Amino acid sequence: MTETVPEPARKTPAGPVLSVRDLSVSFRSDTRTVHAVDGVSYDLAPGEVLAVVGESGCGKSVTSMATMGLLPPTARIGGSIRLAGRELVGASEKELQKVRGKDIAMIFQEPMTSLNPVLTIGRQIGEVLRRHQGLSRKEARARAVELLELVGIPAPARRVDEYPHQLSGGMRQRVMIAIAVACDPAVLIADEPTTALDVTVQAGILEVLQSLRERLGTAIVLVTHDLGVVADAADRVLVMYAGRAVEQAPVYDLFASGRHPYTRGLLGAVLRPGGEGKRRLPEIPGLVPSLDSQPDACTFAPRCSRADDTCTGSRPGFRAVDREAGADAPHRAACWHPYADGETADPYADGEAAVSGEPTPVAAGREAPRTPARADDPGTRPDQEAGK
Amino acid sequence: MTTAQAVPAPREDDTDAPQPPVLEINGMERHFGASGGGTVRAVDGVSITIGRGEVVGLVGESGSGKSTVGRCAVRLDEPTAGTVHINGTDVSHLSRRALRPLRKDFHLVFQDPSSSLDPRMTVGQIIAEPIRLHRRARGAAVRERVEQLLGQVGLRPEHADRHPHELSGGQRQRISIARALSCDPDLVVADEPTSALDVSVQASVLNLLADLQRDRGFGCLFITHDLAAVEFLADRIAVMYLGQIVEQAPTAELFAAPKHPYTQALLSAAPVPDPVVQRSRERIVLHGELPSPLDPPAGCRFHTRCPLAVDRCRTEVPALRDIPGGRQVSCHLVTDDGTAPDAAA
Repeated sequence: MTETVPEPARKTPAGPVLSVRDLSVSFRSDTRTVHAVDGVSYDLAPGEVLAVVGESGCGKSVTSMATMGLLPPTARIGGSIRLAGRELVGASEKELQKVRGKDIAMIFQEPMTSLNPVLTIGRQIGEVLRRHQGLSRKEARARAVELLELVGIPAPARRVDEYPHQLSGGMRQRVMIAIAVACDPAVLIADEPTTALDVTVQAGILEVLQSLRERLGTAIVLVTHDLGVVADAADRVLVMYAGRAVEQAPVYDLFASGRHPYTRGLLGAVLRPGGEGKRRLPEIPGLVPSLDSQPDACTFAPRCSRADDTCTGSRPGFRAVDREAGADAPHRAACWHPYADGETADPYADGEAAVSGEPTPVAAGREAPRTPARADDPGTRPDQEAGK
Repeated sequence: MTTAQAVPAPREDDTDAPQPPVLEINGMERHFGASGGGTVRAVDGVSITIGRGEVVGLVGESGSGKSTVGRCAVRLDEPTAGTVHINGTDVSHLSRRALRPLRKDFHLVFQDPSSSLDPRMTVGQIIAEPIRLHRRARGAAVRERVEQLLGQVGLRPEHADRHPHELSGGQRQRISIARALSCDPDLVVADEPTSALDVSVQASVLNLLADLQRDRGFGCLFITHDLAAVEFLADRIAVMYLGQIVEQAPTAELFAAPKHPYTQALLSAAPVPDPVVQRSRERIVLHGELPSPLDPPAGCRFHTRCPLAVDRCRTEVPALRDIPGGRQVSCHLVTDDGTAPDAAA
């Protein structure tokens, strides 16, 4: 699994550009072992945007750091990560340096801490060009100006000589993107790229990412906890919980008909701006489990209303939700008792009358595309209905 | 729900005189001297009134001055000009000593619960501290009160003996809330209380705040950049841009029909967690950068980024004026009957 294929055996263009199989990452200390990622697999097609969604500690960032080969040496990595057929797990640092920034690149949440404050942004963009493409200093600077223009920075010829502190947060993130796409990588990993930014700035960054995908055909792994960003930008979604993949689906299917109880809980808990009025937000009871063990069970079972002995006794496989579909079906979930397509029962109906009367958004989407609920729509205000 | 400027009606309790609003900020300014000379006009003439039991959301982006308003409101900072009245008492320039006995009436909940709780104190000590300082209880009654508060925020009595680091982010924020409510304040200023939390945890903290607010009836200034959270909690919303309030309206009305072009842009930029809806929305993309509060633009402060700006906007400062529906807006393009232009068009 871990030996390195020396030459990228380019697959057919239809094949995945990035293929992660059974990835596991653990961190061992004297007293405990933390299993941060536990058997995650996904494929990324050229030009595709895959959102990896989950809450703090679910392993979404560790997965992307593993893909970039940026984990500390203490991390134990198992499984396989293939970038255009080339194995990255177990590759030497020297080999990884040839790939990083050229074939696969990453942008981080906080652009200020990822940029070097004492170098001009032109130098920082030029560094990757000079290293991977052997450009001269002058050529690199000229290309840097082009890249700044590509990511929508006004007056790029002037900005190229500025330092990071002279730019706003949104502009810094655009510079990070310019560095990441400088060598036209096949895969861009964006780890919470807009989390530190204001919504009006976020809108601009999401548009830049979208245009890169259209103009350069870059495949993007978008790591985020923001379901609004997912709904805006993703083609497919991978939902993670406690280090494991729980559900994977095309974006419309996931929002319209999530099958895993955790996915439904997450979608139910999210606030929807635009006039739902005051309702009680459905909560997911309980806490995220410790990652110290790898139980042969569903890790969501202690918080799940559908859990039974099967769930606590053996680990569910990551299978197609549609029994007839093959193993490569686009919609898969790791659950012994997934919701059926169009099943409307609320996972947390018990004890919360106000919530149970409400059609869950995921279920409502089955019959008709859900439009934003308005405050005057009585169906969305069950608490008021019940009260009056 | 009180409207913008109205002094709240007397409550049903047996007071003859109408009670003053819990918080009344009038023409507040907070200017900072910049290191290279010049003045940073962080807050530049903000007025907000919060009636008893009313929740007012203060929304704005980074650098709009919303947190400075909150800090001045609870006198962690002193306003440069203007007044802050809490329960009718002018606290704008009171000394720390004079403020101390009043502090039981107002409390702040911060964004990051891990840095606003003392790591060396137990949860019980943290919650008991205001109770002891304000002599609300003594001896065994303190512990009783702490356990009662823990119950109210959804924690168990044994949590009182833990330290903050043993708890999750959501639990820590519940402790901040319990501490804030320990002396039954009339006013709680919550500065981004849910921004550092995960979606599912955020939902439970927002539910908790809504429940407590309903049961205890404290007034609340809810400061956030999260439009969905403010919609969930607030009766009325004030939108800030570059140190000033540009629009103020009851929550439902603001979301149904934002008047100010900035509010329209802000609402359109927040992505909706539904791909069908989100991908059919018209997004107003603002160009340019937030201008420096060192040198705010002449005329309307938003004119440099406003897609609709006309010549008048560049020279003449728009006043924050009343329009029908208990709303206020500062935009030349909104007519007196409340007809507003559409920035998306």
